[in-house]
Parts: sequence; C-alpha cells; structure tokens
Amino acid sequence: MINPALAWFPVWRRNFLVWKKLAAPSILGNLADPLLYMLGLGYGLGGLLQQVEGVPYLNFLAAGMLCYSVMNSATFETLYSAFSRMHVQKTWEAILNTPLGLKDVLVGELAWATFKSLLSGIAILVVIWALGLQADFYMSLALLPVVILTGFCFAGLGLAINALSPNYDFFLYYFTLAITPMVLLGGVFYPPSALPDWLAIAAAWLPLTHAIELARPLVLGQWPSLPVWHGAVLVAYGLVGFSAALILTRRRLLR
Amino acid sequence: MNAGPAPLSAPLSIRRLSKRYGDTVVVDGLDLQVAPGHCHGLLGPNGAGKTTTLRLSLGLIGADAGDITLMGHTMPAEGSDARRRVGVVPQADSLDPDFTVRENLLTYGRYFGLKPAAMAARIPELLAFAGLESKADAPIASLSGGMKRRLTLARALINDPELVFLDEPTTGLDPQARHLIWQGLRRLIAQGKTLLLTTHFMDEAERLCDVISIMDQGRVIAQGSPRELIATHIEPHVVEIFGEGLADWRNWAQSRCRRCEQVGETLFCYTDTPQAVVTDLENDAARAAGLRYLHRPANLEDVFLKITGRDLRD
Repeated sequence: MINPALAWFPVWRRNFLVWKKLAAPSILGNLADPLLYMLGLGYGLGGLLQQVEGVPYLNFLAAGMLCYSVMNSATFETLYSAFSRMHVQKTWEAILNTPLGLKDVLVGELAWATFKSLLSGIAILVVIWALGLQADFYMSLALLPVVILTGFCFAGLGLAINALSPNYDFFLYYFTLAITPMVLLGGVFYPPSALPDWLAIAAAWLPLTHAIELARPLVLGQWPSLPVWHGAVLVAYGLVGFSAALILTRRRLLR
Repeated sequence: MNAGPAPLSAPLSIRRLSKRYGDTVVVDGLDLQVAPGHCHGLLGPNGAGKTTTLRLSLGLIGADAGDITLMGHTMPAEGSDARRRVGVVPQADSLDPDFTVRENLLTYGRYFGLKPAAMAARIPELLAFAGLESKADAPIASLSGGMKRRLTLARALINDPELVFLDEPTTGLDPQARHLIWQGLRRLIAQGKTLLLTTHFMDEAERLCDVISIMDQGRVIAQGSPRELIATHIEPHVVEIFGEGLADWRNWAQSRCRRCEQVGETLFCYTDTPQAVVTDLENDAARAAGLRYLHRPANLEDVFLKITGRDLRD
C-alpha cells in the first residue's frame, strides 16, 4: 500500500530516472550558462570596476549568479519540461488513471523541480568554492537551504504559469514580464541600493531580490539581516504559486 | 493483506448520471450496469458522451448529479481506492517516450505502489501477453502503432485489475494489429476480467462484447447482446442496391420491403424476405439492367445507424 504522504514520490522518481539518462549534457548545460556570465562579467566588467560593496566584483556577482541559476533551472523545468509531460506526452493523464491524484502529480513535479534546481545550485557552489569566492566555507554551507527555498519558490510559480499556458510560446511572456525584470532589477549584477528609490521599492516585491538578500551576505561572510522575513517571502511566493497551479491544472485537465 | 471489498455484483454501476459543460448536456441521466466477467461495449456517435462517462466513472471529473460505484467504491470520493483495482487503456498514446518498453511498465507499476519483486514476476508475463518480449529494452520510438497499443494494454494490466476500461483501443490500427489486440482482449475475457470498451467499429463490438449499450446525447438508447439488438431493432436481411436507374427502382422496392432508405447513391432495403427483391433484381432485365446489389445479413452497424441516425456528428 502507498503511504498517502509519499504518493508523489513515484512521480519524482520518474522524472529523476529520465534525467539520469541525460544527466551529463544536462549538468553541462546548467553549468555553462551561469559560469560564462560569472567569468565573463566577473573578470571583464570586474576589471573596470573598483570594488563593489567592499569586495571584488567577481565575489559580489557570485551570489547573484547562484540565485539566477537556481531560478532558471526551476523555471525551465516547470515550464518547458513539465508542459511536455502534461500537454504533449500526456504523462500526467496516464498517471491520473492510477491511484495517484492530481495533487500527487503536482507535488512530485514541485519536488522534482526543486531538486533539479538544487543540483544547479550545487554546481555553481562548487565553482564558487573552487575559485575561493566565499569568505567563509562553513558559512557558505548555509547557502544550501537558501538554494532549496529559491528553487521551491520558482518551481511553485512556474507550475502556475504552466497550468495557464496554451502552448510553448506563452512562456515567453513570463520570461519577458517576470524573469527578465527580476534578473535586471533583483540585484544579480549590482546592489539594489544603486537603483532610484521608486525602482528599488518595486524590486523589493520580486522574489529573486529576497533570494539574493539571503545569499549575498552568506557568500561575503555575514549573516543576512532579516533571514526569516526573506525566507518567508520565498516560501509564500512558492505556496501561492503552487496553490494556483493546483486549482488551474485541475480546471485544465479534470473537467 | 488486501482488505478490499468482497466480489461484487457489478464492478461498475451508474445511476441517473448527469454532466453538463455550460449549456451542453454531455451525460443526461445515464444508467449503466456492467456485469462481472462481461465485455461491455459502449457505442455511440462522436459527442454521445462515451469518453465523459469513462472519465466520470474513474472519478477524474465530478458529476452534476447521479451516483457511481466503481469496484464497490463511491466515486469520485474513493477514486484512489477504486482505481487501484482498475486498468485503463486511454484513447491517446501516453507512453513515456524517454523510457524503454520495460521501463514503461516498471514506472507505471510504481504509481500503484507495486513492490519490485512483484513487478519482476509480473513484467515478463505482460511482455509475453503483448508479444513484446524481444522489444523489452527497445525505446518507444522504435515501436509500431500496434506495438504501442499492445504495450498500453499491457501497462493497464500491471496491477492485475479486475476491470479494464478501453477507450477506442484499435482506432488507427491496421487489420493485422487490430486482430492481435482482439486476441489479447479475448484472453482477458477468458480469464474472467470485466471489460468496458468504447469503439466506433461495429465489427469489433459484435465480435467481443457480451452486452452493448448504444449511447446518444448522453443517455443509453438501446442495450442488449449484439444478437438481441439486431433481432429487436432491425429486419434480418439487407439488400444494398446502387447504380444507374435507382430512382425508377426505388418506388418499386419500397412496396416490396419493410423499410427502404436511400443514402447518397445507395438504396438500403431492409426486409424479412430478401429473396423477392433479389429475384427481381436478377430477372427484371428492363428495370434492373444498370443496377448492382449486395445481399447480406443485417448487422450491428445497421442497428446503430437506424437508432442514432445517419447525420454526421462532428
């Protein structure tokens, strides 16, 4: 018999087994993009800059790239990959004919996207450690829970967008209207204090801003201010997204 | 171990079921009892409510009114428990393209919480059942349409279900592949499993089904064994006449046959005494010169077309 609390696990495992078949190119893809940003901007732009917030630009950029990479990984998984499973391959419909329900499917997808983004985060962390960008190794281990919260947040949001999408093209709206503003305003490349007040206030609403508020001090050897607040914002965004995903996907598939 | 309910009189029992989408009533006070060990066919034109009835029965969607009992469980509230003992062959291909044949079966079994040891014993049987032993480690993309359908059928049997839902299991297959599916379904029937089958192929229903329910506009409008349906609803013989001079022949034929129906360029004459018509067609050289005909026993398709009409439903 299935423990109802773990009914989602076979869904997670299905995705894991598929990923395992393609793990090498997948890890490479996850790593190459943020790594190029980090090295290109870190050394290239960093060479032109004096220190940013008291550290070399590359060290400053590391936390931004970590959060950016985790966000991207969770987002791509819950948009393009989940959409393939839901809409194209009808994997979810096949699962719904078994004892599992829609909630099990979506919790499995949420857990999977969170896990996959954790792998991306670990890959970036390994680079950070290899380059010695962290101020304190032990403190940088506290980045792991930050990565998990960030992955959860964007997995939940992504599943909601997935439920609304009529086709792959629709995802472009989400990237243009949500992801790109977060990358450019959320503090990936510069401190939010560099923004004019009105824009900084807007940026404070973006979940990526809160992820970076947690991650950046941890890379630079300080405890974040207001860790509970920033963590709670990430969890709240994730939960709201996931709840919307449950309602919207039910309306989409089970009507 | 398995504390499921005792064997039941009806694996699926539907009473006064209704479902509407907006202003469209898709299922309209439907009553249906599927008897254990029967192959029960659900026939109907497109939009008659067959697939919606299956989805309601599985507890995937909620009804507006009515009661459904599946394997002794009230649906949709106890859907998970009921689906544990049911297999489903859906209309659209939903095999996992990233997995091999064997991995598809394994992965699906995990959704039922089956133990690895149980599946290790079960999967070779299913591969043999589906005639896919040599394809066990092949990717899905390398399978033919018929193989994919057989695998989908095998997948539906992973939990050794007592009742199997089949939604148009042979649509899109060539005759060879259809016959293989039918053989498989006959073996399931011989094992005492209950099947609920929707199909557009009357020959399929006539061959496999013990009981057929013909649906139209969300309700069952006729039910019985194929033979009963033919005996009750239609004259035993059909003479199909086509060719030049049909218009002249028509009035004459109408006086001779119980019922005549012209569809396009073909006249269907339904009669108890076909010999009179056939003799005239053979001998009346003046009027029947340009005509050709086909005399055959009435079949389920004649019943279906008579009671659901010949209009297109798409």
